Amino acid sequence: MRAFELSILGICFFAALIAAGRAHDDVFAIHCLIAAAAAAFFFYRRMDASERIDYSATGYADGVVRAGVIATVFWGVIGFAAGVYIALQLAFPVLNLDLPWTTFGRLRPLHTSAVIFAFGGNALICTSFYVVQRTTGARLISNDAAWFVFWGYQLFIVLAATGYVLGGTQGREYAEPEWYVDLWLTVVWVVYLVVFGGTILRRKEPHIYVANWFYLSFILTIAMLHIVNNLTMPVSFLGSKSYSAFAGVQDALTQWWYGHNAVGFFLTAGFLGMMYYFVPKQAERPVYSYKLSIIHFWSLIFLYIWAGPHHLHYTALPDWAQTLGMVFSVMLWMPSWGGMINGLMTLSGAWDKIRTDPVIKTMVVAVGFYGMSTFEGPLMSIKDVNSLSHYTNWTIGHVHSGALGWVGMISFGAMYYLTPRLWGRERLYSLRLVNVHFWLATIGIVLYAASMWVSGITQGLMWREMSPFGVPVWSFADSVAAIFTYDLIRAAGGGMYLIGGIIMAYNLYRTVRGDVRAEAPMHGATSDAPSSVAAE
Amino acid sequence: MSWLKKHEKIERNFTLMAVLALLVVTVGGIVEIAPLFYLKNTIEKVKGVRPYSPLELLGRNIYIREGCYSCHSQMIRPMRDEVERYGHYSLAAESMYDHPFQWGSKRTGPDLARVGGLYADEWHRDHMRDPRSVVPESIMPAYPFLEKRELKYKDIAEHLKAQVRVGVPYTEEMIKLAVADLETQANPAEGDLAGLLKRYPKAQARVFDGKPGRITELDAMIAYLQVLGTMVDFKDYDAKKHLR
Amino acid sequence: MSTYETLRHFADTWFLLAMTIFFVGVVLYTLRPGSRSTHDDIADIPFRNDAPAKGFDDRPSEQLKERENG
Repeated sequence: MRAFELSILGICFFAALIAAGRAHDDVFAIHCLIAAAAAAFFFYRRMDASERIDYSATGYADGVVRAGVIATVFWGVIGFAAGVYIALQLAFPVLNLDLPWTTFGRLRPLHTSAVIFAFGGNALICTSFYVVQRTTGARLISNDAAWFVFWGYQLFIVLAATGYVLGGTQGREYAEPEWYVDLWLTVVWVVYLVVFGGTILRRKEPHIYVANWFYLSFILTIAMLHIVNNLTMPVSFLGSKSYSAFAGVQDALTQWWYGHNAVGFFLTAGFLGMMYYFVPKQAERPVYSYKLSIIHFWSLIFLYIWAGPHHLHYTALPDWAQTLGMVFSVMLWMPSWGGMINGLMTLSGAWDKIRTDPVIKTMVVAVGFYGMSTFEGPLMSIKDVNSLSHYTNWTIGHVHSGALGWVGMISFGAMYYLTPRLWGRERLYSLRLVNVHFWLATIGIVLYAASMWVSGITQGLMWREMSPFGVPVWSFADSVAAIFTYDLIRAAGGGMYLIGGIIMAYNLYRTVRGDVRAEAPMHGATSDAPSSVAAE
Repeated sequence: MSWLKKHEKIERNFTLMAVLALLVVTVGGIVEIAPLFYLKNTIEKVKGVRPYSPLELLGRNIYIREGCYSCHSQMIRPMRDEVERYGHYSLAAESMYDHPFQWGSKRTGPDLARVGGLYADEWHRDHMRDPRSVVPESIMPAYPFLEKRELKYKDIAEHLKAQVRVGVPYTEEMIKLAVADLETQANPAEGDLAGLLKRYPKAQARVFDGKPGRITELDAMIAYLQVLGTMVDFKDYDAKKHLR
Repeated sequence: MSTYETLRHFADTWFLLAMTIFFVGVVLYTLRPGSRSTHDDIADIPFRNDAPAKGFDDRPSEQLKERENG
């Protein structure tokens, strides 16, 4: 078996080198070289057999989860830094450096992909591997396949990121990677589904815990969205350029069906899976209402999938589709708040933990932001509100209150929970640093969301103000100049969030090393003494 | 109450669970998207809309490559202020050959759906070289490298063929003459201008980057910007006829 | 009627109704009497699996062997 795998990798290596030599454009050539390097790397790993055994003392396959935690924190910091940089570019265009590789247009997809797919994706993959084992009582069906998912996903990230900088893009928001990168992700994703689903199939618990429902719907739906939205016709099989299978209005609706459900199933359902495991664990009490969690699940996946057209209000999309999107978006408010209440009420009877345990505090604020952004979203999907908010910074602010507040904070909580347990440490290096991170991130988000809210409404109102003679009062350039100060506040908020992320990376690094900071304890915090330490 | 026991099977049965969940999420997409492909009046036929000329197509590809859609929309909504500011609201037909669509979602810069003909080529050259030389408040990145880079267009016929495969009606003749048409449009003094205009009605042909002799990425980019929103003649367009 | 209109009509009426009934069914089933003990038991799953279930030794034999060799 090993010999077979090694020869496949060898063939891939040489095929990639040959393709690099015959490539039609630079992007494709460089990507072939990266693929060749990856094949060589896998070859090297495969020759070293001892690395394949990494069951920790817990008896679960945790090596790949540990790697996922490192990757999550690493890409998180990169993604936040890219975000701060492009935010500053909007205030100070000189930072575009007049070079092809550093303009806002190329770095913006780098930022969005780094935070959504690299940070968020790694967080989802590694927590799903952790949670599925601990809610089924079974080990992952294949440690090797799980490692393939991990490294295959990192390769996808590197190909996507280098592609953007070099100018290889499909020009579809949040689905920018070119056709061959999409194909690679499809392969990785199918293996991911097999590992996750296969583990559930051999579970020792008769029932499937609700967190796994959310993870499963995330994996399945993303597979479907990814494949349909990336249907494309390559100009040549030795070049990076391709043309989307759909055009105009059909293409737009397909893209926003994808785009909105990437939010719904990647950034919401997946992270709800995280919430339904880590909040009960950190609070040391079961979820408030298991019934509510089931209803939450079905209503969420029912309604979300319809909401995409609210991204296309007042466009050339037929009206019936717009109305349908709006109605379902407004209905989404209910399951979202049901889920939020379920998450928050899990703490009932243990409210003092919010005061004493900064990790639980981080999770609670995450759930709070989930509630707030899922309230704002339906509001913005109402056509009259949307006519003002669309195309403005308000949308960006809304996305970030969800991304920084919900996705980021719940992931931070999970990382703080996982690290001591995965590396067999008694506790985190410093709870006080968690507290500092919490406040930097929270204040950062508030600055970000508030400034974007004001600047978005400013833009919307300036664009629509008409003089008595029926002409617009403000030129577009006026509206650009008017939001300069808000851009600075936003960059400051993002900067605070980035610094918080760096502090987390440092704290986790010291935790892994086994250090414990000499500091006054924060009383009552469960993170001080995990109930179950990974390795005795 | 034995039927109650049955549902417990769903909760326990992974495959059934997966199928049900997938069914639920698929339906929304099918119901919303699939009809658009059947629906004749999604895209009403409008006179004047034609496939992009080879030069315009490559300009469009540069527009995509540089991520212009991050900051510029190409979709004018029918509100009065937008129509006053940018022109007639966008019709579905106007992007019927856009693979992919570039409607955008954010206006960090103004909408570009009808930027064609709004500014002179010289303005675009200055603007690409240094946006703040023509719009002091602008925060757009400068693209000085576009006019320095030769346009790679020898494989343009392959691009048209790929477009045909996704449904754009380029003819055999257009594919055969693609390289010649591209060169003619960027340098009409030498080439079959009449033929170009026959194949791509109302195509604008001139030395867009101001430097005859070589075809740069700036030529393609300006050619694309100058055609945006100009294909439909709204003097002929009767909105009432096209009420949806 | 065209294919489109037929489909559209079907989607807007019967299919929407079927989906709604399915959804209401799920909700009612979830709230059925006597489910509390089952749900309490499921909600407890995260707390009893910090180690794999007893007798869990179905690792691929290949890996077990390598572990012994290593």
